[in-house]
Amino acid sequence: MTTHTPHDGTGAPWGAPDAEPKIRFRGVTRTFDLGREEFVALGGVDLDVADQEFVTIVGPSGCGKSTMLNILAGLDAPTTGEVTVDGVPVDGPSPDRGVIFQQYALFPWLTVRKNVEFGLKVAGVGAAERRARAEHFIDLVGLTAFADAYPKTLSGGMKQRCAIARAYAVDPQVLLMDEPFGALDALTRVTLQEQLLQTWSQERRTVAFITHDVDEAVFLANRVVVMAARPGRIHEIVPVDLPYPRTEDVRLSPEFAEIRNRVWHAVYHQQAAPAA
Amino acid sequence: MTDRPTSRESTGDAMTTPATTRTTPPPDAPAPGATGGVTDAPAPSRATSPAARRARRDGRARLLVSLASLVGGIGVWWVLCLLGFQLPTPAAVLSRGVELALSGALWTDTWASLRRVLAGFLLGVVAAVPVGFLMGWYAPVRAVLDPWIQFFRMIPPLAIIPLAIVLLGIDEGPRIFVIFLASFLANVVSTYQGVVSVDRTLINAARVLGAKDGTIFLRVVVPASTPFILVGMRIGLGAAWATVVAAELIAAQDGLGRSMQKAQLYYQIDTIFVGLVMIGLLGLAMDRLLLLAEKKLTGWRERR
Repeated sequence: MTTHTPHDGTGAPWGAPDAEPKIRFRGVTRTFDLGREEFVALGGVDLDVADQEFVTIVGPSGCGKSTMLNILAGLDAPTTGEVTVDGVPVDGPSPDRGVIFQQYALFPWLTVRKNVEFGLKVAGVGAAERRARAEHFIDLVGLTAFADAYPKTLSGGMKQRCAIARAYAVDPQVLLMDEPFGALDALTRVTLQEQLLQTWSQERRTVAFITHDVDEAVFLANRVVVMAARPGRIHEIVPVDLPYPRTEDVRLSPEFAEIRNRVWHAVYHQQAAPAA
Repeated sequence: MTDRPTSRESTGDAMTTPATTRTTPPPDAPAPGATGGVTDAPAPSRATSPAARRARRDGRARLLVSLASLVGGIGVWWVLCLLGFQLPTPAAVLSRGVELALSGALWTDTWASLRRVLAGFLLGVVAAVPVGFLMGWYAPVRAVLDPWIQFFRMIPPLAIIPLAIVLLGIDEGPRIFVIFLASFLANVVSTYQGVVSVDRTLINAARVLGAKDGTIFLRVVVPASTPFILVGMRIGLGAAWATVVAAELIAAQDGLGRSMQKAQLYYQIDTIFVGLVMIGLLGLAMDRLLLLAEKKLTGWRERR
């Protein structure tokens, strides 16, 4: 597969096409030993993501998108190949790469504030600065009134906003999101998509975002990476030539519909594609 | 996950969401914060919310029913006495209890039993929690210890008493040892269950936030296992009371079990009743204390 340079038609402020990519997958495979046979979760993935780019990854189940994210997070290791961030090979988890899980993964025995402070405390940040930074990100996701509430009193959407604040608080270079809005109802999901983009526009990071939802993938991304299954691989990369901020007008525009159709076809009609 | 948005947020989000009425937000407005400010009204304070009032009312109603049940039960007991059953009346038991209390015998025996229960139970907890953590955290430790723990769990502590007396003498040693064993086994099993059932995602979440093994253990595994440990303590406490009485029946100079056995020889059924009531009340009081600790320490848990 060719090297994908970030699409630059959005006027977004990331680097020139020949700039060093933030994230680089090179020949990444991952096979799981199932005793009698091997399951090839990833069969050779090459992907470059530019600094501050927002990339979404869609594909059928079993296409290895979660495996890709886990490898990038350092929670799993590739069988062959390499993943680098800023040219440094990924070797285990690091606070430089924040992860947001579908199941929120908030510590239920800590308040919102203490959850957001967790990573800072681990890093040895002093109490006063910890509190100030936590407050900033709690405010950014709109949970100020709930800073001292326990997760059990929050709705799903609020929990995920807290998880986003917690990931941001340790100041990661890269944010990895594994179907973060998958468990939420449709209305909450739309609200959170817009809030996520607003947060991202204020606190620009490189984002890799996994989803099942084609609309979500197109709405958020600079580029949509469509995956194929058996073996998991990149099927097509669709640039999203839509301006930020992405408003409702963008969501309802014919241009959006056109890109959405293209991604939809790439996801649901993969048989016609040449095998990787 | 099955959790539904709370009414607070579903109302809030719905208000900001309707597609047809929303205008394009300005690009640089601090929209998430602003939306949040509108969406998230401060949580109603606990004391005044209708839900809290309803909970308090329900609580009072339950207490009344429980009291009524208690009075009713004593009434049934009294009726059975009047019908000619060979039972002391509640009044006879009460006067016997006052008599024993005034003579000091009741307190001597109660203190002897309570001391044994507390010593054996606490020693059991102190030994079981670290062992349970080691078993849950390190699979090899689990593989080594698990068969032994399962084996000893199948032996009633009472069956250990003859051996304990032979090996440890007839002092407090064997009695406290069997109580310790009962408490240890209950606690060790639940502690390691707690550790092995810690949600992997929480551990991963801590790791990606930069936590290393030691931090994960202290800040994730320990708090996540606390509910299990407290359940183990309640079970262990029950086992400790069951064991102390049996241990005193077999070999003791004092204690509630011993006094009941003596009373049996002299056919003092009312004294036996005093002992039973005392054990029940003490066990209940200690269980309530643990329940209170559970509420304080694990109130963060989600009820599903």
